[in-house]
Amino acid sequence: MNPIIEKSVTELAAAIADGQISAVEATQAYLDAIEAREPEIAAYNETCGDLAMQQAQAVDAKRQAGQTLGPLAGVPVAVKDNLCTEFGHTTCSSAYLKNFKAPYTATVVAKLQQAGAVILGKTNLDEFAMGSSTENSGFAPTKNPWDTSRVPGGSSGGSAAAVAGRLCAGSLGSDTGGSIRQPAGLCGVVGVKPTYGRVSRYGLVAFGSSLDQIGPLATNVTDAALLTSVIAGHDERDSTSLPNPVGDYLADIDTPIDGLRIGLPREFYTEALGGETREAIAAAIETYKATGAEIVDVSLPHSRIDIDAAGNISSFAVACYYIVCTAECSSNLARFDGVHYGHRTAEKVDDIIELFSRSRDESLGDEVKRRIMLGTYTLSSGYYDAYYNKALKVRRLIADDFTAAFEKCDVLLCPTTPTTAFKFGEKTDNPLEMYLSDIYTISLNLAGLPGISIPAGLSKDNLPIGMQLIGPVLSEKTLFRAGRMFELASGISRLAPPMLKA
Amino acid sequence: MSNKIDANLVRHIGKLSRIELTDAEVDALGCQMADILEYFDKLQELDTQNVEPMAHAVELSNVLADDVQRDSLTAEQALANAPAREGDFFKVPKVLGEGA
Repeated sequence: MNPIIEKSVTELAAAIADGQISAVEATQAYLDAIEAREPEIAAYNETCGDLAMQQAQAVDAKRQAGQTLGPLAGVPVAVKDNLCTEFGHTTCSSAYLKNFKAPYTATVVAKLQQAGAVILGKTNLDEFAMGSSTENSGFAPTKNPWDTSRVPGGSSGGSAAAVAGRLCAGSLGSDTGGSIRQPAGLCGVVGVKPTYGRVSRYGLVAFGSSLDQIGPLATNVTDAALLTSVIAGHDERDSTSLPNPVGDYLADIDTPIDGLRIGLPREFYTEALGGETREAIAAAIETYKATGAEIVDVSLPHSRIDIDAAGNISSFAVACYYIVCTAECSSNLARFDGVHYGHRTAEKVDDIIELFSRSRDESLGDEVKRRIMLGTYTLSSGYYDAYYNKALKVRRLIADDFTAAFEKCDVLLCPTTPTTAFKFGEKTDNPLEMYLSDIYTISLNLAGLPGISIPAGLSKDNLPIGMQLIGPVLSEKTLFRAGRMFELASGISRLAPPMLKA
Repeated sequence: MSNKIDANLVRHIGKLSRIELTDAEVDALGCQMADILEYFDKLQELDTQNVEPMAHAVELSNVLADDVQRDSLTAEQALANAPAREGDFFKVPKVLGEGA
């Protein structure tokens, strides 16, 4: 493997700033990696090599002219294809937007560019970010670099697989119910879902507006902290973005937190948590104990996971989340009407309603239609109180549980996912079973809290196991430091899938 | 599970959703939606009588922008992706019925 690819974002940025490596060399190394491994992984919907090279040349010219470089100058990154970019296409992996070219650029992408990052392309996702495996992509699924017969998770599966397969140094994804953390967990990389409102969503194609948040994926915690610090901050173009100043996430990142109190939500450590994931999390808890962290028992009663006699798993949080997100989805996706942009039916239609209805039926995928239909149903008169309003009340109960838990601890620790990466097709026939892959991640989005998924180790089959740290609103700095503590104590960092050694 | 939503109701929701479903889709959605709605019913186990609904996680209110003119997309940019246009307009089939 090219030694450039072996560098983290932080190391590569430093090497480029020092002039040891040029931005053009770094970009070429990643374009070569894409040429070699992208056919196997299929992480990208579109790569833009020429544009990336131009960006790299501009960074090198700036350096030669002695100008100040941004914190990501020359670092090749990728962005999820539901972020609008004036370059290339913005498809959301939907046939509806197959040829769509956004007339403006998302704030986060502009911030990456201002920081000097080189953008390699747009990564695959479950259509409109609805799914947990990329199998709902309207184009083709992305493969997990650890085992290409398995899913990378989703919906930011392309962004996670691109980082794991070293097809970019870091990437951006979006997380509505776990869509950054779950694929990060399954691909053995770090994924961050910041506090709701911490990162501007201007230019993110909306799915569940009270839940969506953009965040980074990277091979280690420090890189994730650096990327978060670049994209975070207030944006007047997103009225939900928080005005609070962004702290310096990198300043004390290597300094362990003295007296860190880690809460274990007892509802997450039931029989629903199986075998090797349970063992890996138990080992992580021991690692933290060895650093002097205090382990505290806490309770999140409304995030409880129930199993009935037949083995069926259920959860208030999953039910609450799918009512809220499908309601918001049905409203947000009403804009895809075949009039202003996107797919329009070629059939002869008599009126505009038929134009809307046919264009949507022809170009939206099954899961997207299912969610629009569910949301329309639960918001319709007669059902609104029983479903939507009920879910908003349960959402309050779920959020209040977290507030109570954080009176006893600084962060919560739990698995990211119940199992390691599953095989293609394993859950596609049963939407409910697919929804359960988010069982540990969705409560955070309902409560607006930040979370980070960090590799905790590998299973016997050599598949990554992710652990999740959860903090109170705007506790990103604590999460990064706590995550870095684990990396330093365990030595688990920058996991590399076997295909990289071949 | 054996529950199924009546095909007419599925078609009606499809109509409200502006999705013209095929017969096969109506059939599949009838079963899947029934399963998922049954799952949603789990929330009825919880007493929420005195709980305030929570629509947003982080509550910001009265976020106002200065009332000043700013750059926005040109008509050409806004129309660039239009499936059909006429001059500076998006072109659609007749909206109002006969005799309107």
